Amino acid sequence: MTDATGPIVAADGRPLKVSLNRALRREKLRAFLLILPLLAFVVISFIAPIFDMLFRSVQDDITSRTLPQTVVALNDWDYTGEALPSEQTYEALYYDMFMAAEAKKHTALGSRLNYETTGISSLFRQTGRALDDVGEDVIEAMEDASAAFDDSAFWAGLFLTEDRSAGNNAASTRAWASTVSNQALRLPADVYLSNAAEAALPNAARQYAAFAMFTHTVDEDVPAEEDPWEAVWMALAQDLTAGALTYDGPETADLLAAQTAVAGPMAGFAFTDAFLEQDEDWGDASVWGTIQTFSSPYTAGYFLTAIDLELTPDGAQAVEDDVAIYVTLFWRTMWMSMTITFSCILLGYPIAWLMANLPDRSANLIMILVLLPFWTSLLVRTSAWKVLLQQQGVINDVLVWVGLVGDGSRLALINNATGTIIAMTHILLPFMILPLYSVMKGIPPSYLRAAKSLGATNWTAFWRVYFPQSVPGIGAGSILVFILSIGYYITPEIVGGTKGVFISNRIAYHISSSLNWGLAAALGTILLVVVLALYWAYDRIVGIDNVKLGG
Amino acid sequence: MATATDERAFVEFERVQKSYDGETLVVKDLNLSMPKGEFLTMLGPSGSGKTTCLMMLAGFETATHGDIRLDGNPINNIPPHKRGIGMVFQNYALFPHMTVAENLSFPLEVRKMGKSDREAKVKRALDMVQMGAFGGRRPAQLSGGQQQRIALARALVFEPELVLMDEPLGALDKQLRETLQFEITRLAHDLGITVVYVTHDQTEALTMSDRVAVFEAGRIQQLAPPDELYEAPINSFVAQFIGENNTLEGVVTAIEGEACTVKLDSGDIIDAKPVNVSSVGERTKVSIRPERVEFNRERLHADAHTLKAEVLEFIYMGDIFRTRLRVAGTDDFIVKTRNAPDQRRLTPGEQIEIGWLPEDCRALDA
Ligand SMILES: Nc1ncnc2c1ncn2[C@@H]1O[C@H](COP(=O)(O)OP(=O)(O)OP(=O)(O)O)[C@@H](O)[C@H]1O
Ligand SMILES: [Mg+2]
Repeated sequence: MTDATGPIVAADGRPLKVSLNRALRREKLRAFLLILPLLAFVVISFIAPIFDMLFRSVQDDITSRTLPQTVVALNDWDYTGEALPSEQTYEALYYDMFMAAEAKKHTALGSRLNYETTGISSLFRQTGRALDDVGEDVIEAMEDASAAFDDSAFWAGLFLTEDRSAGNNAASTRAWASTVSNQALRLPADVYLSNAAEAALPNAARQYAAFAMFTHTVDEDVPAEEDPWEAVWMALAQDLTAGALTYDGPETADLLAAQTAVAGPMAGFAFTDAFLEQDEDWGDASVWGTIQTFSSPYTAGYFLTAIDLELTPDGAQAVEDDVAIYVTLFWRTMWMSMTITFSCILLGYPIAWLMANLPDRSANLIMILVLLPFWTSLLVRTSAWKVLLQQQGVINDVLVWVGLVGDGSRLALINNATGTIIAMTHILLPFMILPLYSVMKGIPPSYLRAAKSLGATNWTAFWRVYFPQSVPGIGAGSILVFILSIGYYITPEIVGGTKGVFISNRIAYHISSSLNWGLAAALGTILLVVVLALYWAYDRIVGIDNVKLGG
Repeated sequence: MATATDERAFVEFERVQKSYDGETLVVKDLNLSMPKGEFLTMLGPSGSGKTTCLMMLAGFETATHGDIRLDGNPINNIPPHKRGIGMVFQNYALFPHMTVAENLSFPLEVRKMGKSDREAKVKRALDMVQMGAFGGRRPAQLSGGQQQRIALARALVFEPELVLMDEPLGALDKQLRETLQFEITRLAHDLGITVVYVTHDQTEALTMSDRVAVFEAGRIQQLAPPDELYEAPINSFVAQFIGENNTLEGVVTAIEGEACTVKLDSGDIIDAKPVNVSSVGERTKVSIRPERVEFNRERLHADAHTLKAEVLEFIYMGDIFRTRLRVAGTDDFIVKTRNAPDQRRLTPGEQIEIGWLPEDCRALDA
């Protein structure tokens, strides 16, 4: 109609559509503002955690956070299986590890890498303990050269200044140290890293700044009253052996004495040797390969683990059969959830039908019986099944008494898949019955009557007329039951034994016991994707419009 | 009341009673007998037991007492699907998950009819209700009137001898109702089927039926052809229920054969025909159809009793005039007159005299 007469125009001359939109927009905005707090709550408390989980499943920055300099140094190294990384890498490892050990972060990294290569955890723990011994004779030589080095105030005087114009806030050190220790470190107020010392002794200045920040922020002590870390001494020794001393200040004499003293010990010193001396595993290229493999802040490693593959320095490989469990678990979770859904349909359909067709009073009674389980704790119900199903339990006793099974061959109904299926069918049954009931309640009895009046037998009338109309209820119930059971945890944990547990039990294990949250997140993400895929498939096959939760 | 059973009866109710709760009788002592090919309408107020009767006949409810016979055989023990009775439900009850054609072929399929036969019959049935082009649609894609036609076609497609229809046109607008009323009677007549039709619309009942059974409180009040029902109601319920009616109350003062006089509560004396009264002194309700009231003195018998009336309202309705009068103490006495050239138009406030032929005024039960 618009092409013949042009757009319809409102009283003020604007096109009607524009006026209408304008009028509606304000209402929409008001409505939106009204729900905004709730929306924010939902987003923050429901949606955000999901994204956090998705993110965690690929996030793997613990290596790059804990050993930032080492990871950079490793960029130039290629894993071949034999060649070790350069001396610079070991040097970077020394300083990274020292900082991490002070912040007690190295063991977490050790545990993380231990998922990939066993032994790394203890390697890291031992190395962390032994770092103080690295370059022992260098440090002793310095102490012998000048007593000033044993004075904490000497170090502070050398590296720190309160004169803002003569110092800086050691930004790059701060970034590095904060990353490794995973907290915000800073120098004390009105204390700066001396520009002169930093120019002449860059390594030592950096390590001292890190020490000072950590002492101030974490230990809450005054740096000038604490002995600096061994790493500061080693850095100073490195600076002093690097070339002529350019520093000019009251400490020059002591530094020159030390320079002479460390020349000997430093000549024969290498970080590589020091580490190999601590633990020969540092000479194992595969350890370095593992560190390099997991040095990226993002990883597919958790997902690979979740499908029984592992990320090795040589690429993704299948794990050995005796440790491969996840695919089995996923598969088991799927088929058991389907069995449970199917049992729920079988048991729930007649009950829902009864409820929909009995007079209200009796229907209400059945409804109460259906809902009764909801009024008791899940744990109690599951435990009750334990009592009923065990080998010396009620059901076996009855079967033996009736004579269906012999006393010697009592059925194993619990601590296996059967137990889980029985208990979960019972627990999830209401979720099948309720949508079925409400759909059936909405099917007028006149359809069945019409079918019979047209000559259909009871069965034909049911199968051709009633059943197709109750399918949306089956669909809704199945989706509910299947999705609930796929993520079920408590019941399989209690009655499932080892053969009847679900993937969610594994997820719970990784969240609360092994603390491998990344893997838990990856497993959860796969579960989520599977559910979404099934949902999508369901929509394609049955049509999601055909799902009715109410009549 | 109900006609006596004869051997040609096709559908028969004999002393049928029905109670749902064991406390009240929803159907009380129902006797009814229909010959083959008859179009019988059950008419009555809501809750009077019409649907219940239909359901007993169709087999979805069992009679608490009494016999129902179809073609001479008691059907109480035959399951519904073997009765071969077509049924049209008030809410159509078309299967929503089947197309129109599938709906229609359903009764044929359950009768194990071959595919080609089925298709031919479905097509014929659809054409019969002028819905040939709609076979592929789902019921939800049809209008109310179209759904109704399909429901009708489905009830007829397997060629039942008896078809039950429970207020089939209840949800439709007036014009569509009239079209479909005509179609239903035509089909019933052409196919020679016996129809039991339930409605609460009296026009529908009068225009469509061979006979009408007026139900009230579980009983048939009168079972008669439409004209008889309208012109000779046998009690005041039927008189009130069918068509428009003026009622005056009084006491019988004299009866002589086919005529009597009634003294109204206002003291006026009128002439009437005794229908439901037998003795002098009995209280009665007299009923006069609005179109039989006369206010032109010359058209009445010379010795006829007349009543004084005051004109309260004059309504012009096109084909007729409708005048409301105050007569013998009531304010809602209606007179209908034809809009003819010589017809007098009364004006409100006017004082007139009204009367009627004694045989048009029926003295019924009080
Ligand atoms: N299934 C039932 N259970 C109990 N009482 C019922 C049942 N069906 C109908 N009744 C009662 O029986 C009486 C007659 O009902 P019925 O449906 O036969 O009336 P009807 O004449 O068809 O009314 P309407 O014109 O409103 O359809 C009503 O009082 C009703 O409440
Ligand atoms: Mg009814």
